[in-house]
Amino acid sequence: MFKMLADGTWDTLYMVLISTLLGYLIGLPLGTLLTVTDADGIRPNKVLYKILDIIINITRSIPFLILLILIMPFTKAIVGKSYGTTATIVPLTVAAAPLIARMVESSLKEVDKGVIEAAFSMGAGYFTIIWKVLVTEARTSLLVGVTIALGTILGYSAMAGVIGGGGLGDIAIRYGYYRYETGIMIVTVAVLVILMQILQWVGMLLSRQIDKRRKS
Amino acid sequence: MSIIEIKNVTKTFDEKKSNIHALSDISLSVEEGEIFGVIGLSGAGKSTLVRCMNLLEKPTAGEVWVDGKNLITLSSKDLRLMRREIGMIFQHFNLLMQRNVLDNVCFPMEIAGVKKREARERAMNYLRIVGLEEKAKAYPVQLSGGQKQRVAIARTLASNPRIILCDEATSALDPQTTGTILSLLKKINQEYGITIVVITHEMRVVEEICDRVAVLDKGTLAEIGKVREVFDHPKSNAAKSLLLERKIEQLGVNTADGI
Repeated sequence: MFKMLADGTWDTLYMVLISTLLGYLIGLPLGTLLTVTDADGIRPNKVLYKILDIIINITRSIPFLILLILIMPFTKAIVGKSYGTTATIVPLTVAAAPLIARMVESSLKEVDKGVIEAAFSMGAGYFTIIWKVLVTEARTSLLVGVTIALGTILGYSAMAGVIGGGGLGDIAIRYGYYRYETGIMIVTVAVLVILMQILQWVGMLLSRQIDKRRKS
Repeated sequence: MSIIEIKNVTKTFDEKKSNIHALSDISLSVEEGEIFGVIGLSGAGKSTLVRCMNLLEKPTAGEVWVDGKNLITLSSKDLRLMRREIGMIFQHFNLLMQRNVLDNVCFPMEIAGVKKREARERAMNYLRIVGLEEKAKAYPVQLSGGQKQRVAIARTLASNPRIILCDEATSALDPQTTGTILSLLKKINQEYGITIVVITHEMRVVEEICDRVAVLDKGTLAEIGKVREVFDHPKSNAAKSLLLERKIEQLGVNTADGI
């Protein structure tokens, strides 16, 4: 049983970390594009903003469980099967990317407009401003976003257990729900709670470490 | 020789209901090596005018010539290069909060592609000029307003500008700190021959450092001339009311001192 839980924990971490990483590969550029093209951004573009805005809203409004089932053919086309740990990464990434894009957008929008203007006055181009002003100045908020994203994906990954997604959620459902082995279910949930606590704690610690706006 | 020439500049902001004329048909020139003041009440269009001088704000009509080049017809790449010759400091300093003082001063050199080691050496030198070399490793949050503005001045010096635009650079500072920032600007002007344009609503700033002054009133140029002439013999209503305000202020201070 211990091995099963250890494997489950490993599978969960594998799913969560890989899909958050992939989610950022899509969500970070997407969120940046949203910030840049918004009406008060550094390069407003109404049409592009509206298109991205609508796509993100649509993907975000589909409940995760439905999304899981809805994109099964897509998952199968990419991974070769629609169940198991690796396959779950696909719907998790699809769910994570728009969420991450929104969080990146809100973080980048916190950056002081005056600092952006100062960078323009120094002759900085758009990429310099995005990378060295927006992303760098918002790094604390971005890291808090990573923590929230990881936590949300952890929750989603447990949900994927319903359709044989692998990991701790899978164990909780197979043993706890289908076989009435309440003990195993409680232990599984406890492991999930601990994972969440650790994520939160490490995330907050790191974001405080890198924030230079604090006096001490 | 004029280093900045504003020709018939008009700027309108499209608001939802009506068009706001921030500047209407302004023409003026700033001579190389002088300290030029632009004064006016808030809403007179001073900030818009100074932002037209480096095209942070694009005029609706008119031409902006800096150092013999019409900024409006420059390609975006040439404009970026040109902006390196036009430094700017702001009311709220606009430093990068996540970088220490030294790295803030290095920032324009990073943009210009200066090697890191050389940039650091030069940055230390600029910090020495503004008297803050011992704060090189501090972060902006640990500095006072006056110190932040000195870092901002060191930062604009880092791009070797021929012009420095000051947008209400002392308005967020107390009178004493204002004095030190003003004398620093004067020193930079005299020692390095950098032309300075000062936008302010404080008469004192103009009196202390400017050679010539333009008075703006509701987006139009009310008066322009040598500071002494404008202040001693104001012709426009705008200049007269600014002077009156200043007198009342001084009277107020004197009475307060008397008590």
